[in-house]
Amino acid sequence: MQATETLLYNRAGQKIVSPDYLLFEAPRAKHFMTGSEAVKEAVRRASVDASVSYPITPQSEAAHLIGELWAEGYVGVYFRGESEFGVMSEVAGCAMAGARTITTTSGPGTLRAMENFPMWAGTRIPVQLVLMARGINSPLSIQPDNLEVGFLLDTGCMIWYAETAQDLFDMILAGFTVAEQPDVHVPVINVIDGFFVSHTREAIMLPPDDIALPPYNPYKAPMPVIDAEVPPGRFLRDPFVMKSNYISYATHASWQWEVRAAIERSRPYAKHYLRGLIELFGNPEAELVFVACGTASAQAKEAVRLLEDEGIPAKVVKLKTIRPFPIEELRESVKGAKYIFVPEFNVVGWLEREVRRYLYGHSNAEIIGAPRVAGGMTMPAEAIVKEVLKLTGKEVKHVI
Amino acid sequence: MSYNIYEINEDLKEFIPKEIVDLQERATWGNPKRGVMDLPYSKELVEEHSLCAGCPESAALRYILASLPNPEDTIIVNSTGCTSLVFPHIALHTVHSLFGNQNAVASGIKRVLEIRFPDKVKDVVVLAGDGATVDIGLDCTLQSFFRQERITTICFDNEVYANTGGQESGLTVKGYVFKMAPKGKQFDKVPMWQLAIDSGCHYVARLTVSSPKRVEQVIKKAIYVAREVGPTYVHLYTPCILEIGLNSDDGLEEMRNRDKERFAFFEYMTPHAEEVINKVKEECLL
Repeated sequence: MQATETLLYNRAGQKIVSPDYLLFEAPRAKHFMTGSEAVKEAVRRASVDASVSYPITPQSEAAHLIGELWAEGYVGVYFRGESEFGVMSEVAGCAMAGARTITTTSGPGTLRAMENFPMWAGTRIPVQLVLMARGINSPLSIQPDNLEVGFLLDTGCMIWYAETAQDLFDMILAGFTVAEQPDVHVPVINVIDGFFVSHTREAIMLPPDDIALPPYNPYKAPMPVIDAEVPPGRFLRDPFVMKSNYISYATHASWQWEVRAAIERSRPYAKHYLRGLIELFGNPEAELVFVACGTASAQAKEAVRLLEDEGIPAKVVKLKTIRPFPIEELRESVKGAKYIFVPEFNVVGWLEREVRRYLYGHSNAEIIGAPRVAGGMTMPAEAIVKEVLKLTGKEVKHVI
Repeated sequence: MSYNIYEINEDLKEFIPKEIVDLQERATWGNPKRGVMDLPYSKELVEEHSLCAGCPESAALRYILASLPNPEDTIIVNSTGCTSLVFPHIALHTVHSLFGNQNAVASGIKRVLEIRFPDKVKDVVVLAGDGATVDIGLDCTLQSFFRQERITTICFDNEVYANTGGQESGLTVKGYVFKMAPKGKQFDKVPMWQLAIDSGCHYVARLTVSSPKRVEQVIKKAIYVAREVGPTYVHLYTPCILEIGLNSDDGLEEMRNRDKERFAFFEYMTPHAEEVINKVKEECLL
């Protein structure tokens, strides 16, 4: 068994502080860096035990930088796996054996790895995946596009969405903290829009690098850790379905319900560590509302400013979590809305579907899934304004 | 040693099923000299397996579990197939995650246990069928060999996808007719033992499970070499008597016949592996 006394320092010799101190109280200094570098700085302060990497644009740099942290002694296990399928299985093994584990991927890599994500959730391992969304094939694209997130919605993983490098830094630290709660203990996927966040530099406030999260304690997990130090359950990671009887069917069904229930139980923790599941921007009384996540919410905020010039009050509801979906928060924030726009970086509008699903019967507003861009197209604020002005019958002044 | 995790609270002992009490009192823990000769006298680590009557794979599992030198600190990673029917019945830490990713999961487990327990020996053993090892999981299998992961990989080769109803696998013999190969298999049986050698395994053996004692020797060598040197691979013929039309008491005969031909005993070891094996022999552990 691992020592149970309170640890003062982690493997890298950093002083251990509480998640609340690290996220909310520690003094912060301004830095200028990319989203990939923000991943490195978060992992540096997260007492991470293991990470496995695989090259794919645009997440490669973040994965390289985690490797540098391993070389510097901040991360216990690090290597390059054979493919995203192998990598996601390797990190599963690391987490089953009791490690705090993080990995990164993008687009086609996510789909290559797909079979692993429900397995992570079913195995109740708090793995963290930083997903730098990009287009998926065919045709080949390496450009920003978040269609892949639509495929992940029902994998049983928590899904959070960062708008900026700052969001990403804080969400990685909060992600471990929430995912590892004994009554949650499911994987967390932190999404950013590839390139827009991973490759652009921005000002970011960081706490000092000589403090870090408390190390993961696998003996608080709701499932036995696979280290031969605790009694094995007779059901241990057991393929229930292989027993063809009603108990096995009921077990499998209730196990899947329990994974979803665990995501629900993450709400109070996520609310605390993310300072709410949504962020509001603009005129609180506005009848025109943008519901968005990630870069789309950043662009919607710009559109709100432009619309102010047109004399049209508007606001943005930025969703920080997609799973759990901020149902009550969204319903409350669109109470006075007449028009709800859902701008997205994909062709299918998975977020629009989610918004419609949770507002059905709770809002009389017209829901408009626009604008939608994909395959690497940008979403200028003017494009959003144009959609709004089309609706109001006003003349479009801005040149796009 | 962590076998005290099997100790039962005295106050609860009268309510515990006999097979669990037996695990504490009659299983062979903490004794690296344990082996197949203990089978009639001790509690086995597998309880009421759910394979077919007379299945040679069940014999293989019993011999392997009886031969593990360090069961109290052994993690077993398995895959989908007939073997996945057995793992819920094994009294050790076992993992089933996906079909074909067993060597990737085992790599992660082994590496983390090395950093979490630097002063303890924790053996990680992969047990999977031919479909899992050579077809769907070949990438993960070979890549774990390339990376020199210190794990033992054991393939139960029954030359067919048995659990799904008898489809051709990469290890089916050329010309054999199975489902999905209605005109007979069109290409040769994959020489997995040779691929293991070429991919960096330090100890490789190919055999049937007709001789329990030989299985014990091979398993022990493979585990000791994996501990000290790097990846090891054991290829066992465990025929699916059901799919090749034999009766439940024909398995042993079938294996003895194959001992003389395509499963003739074959063993390979690198000089470093040989050193380890000789050292273990000197310690009378083989």
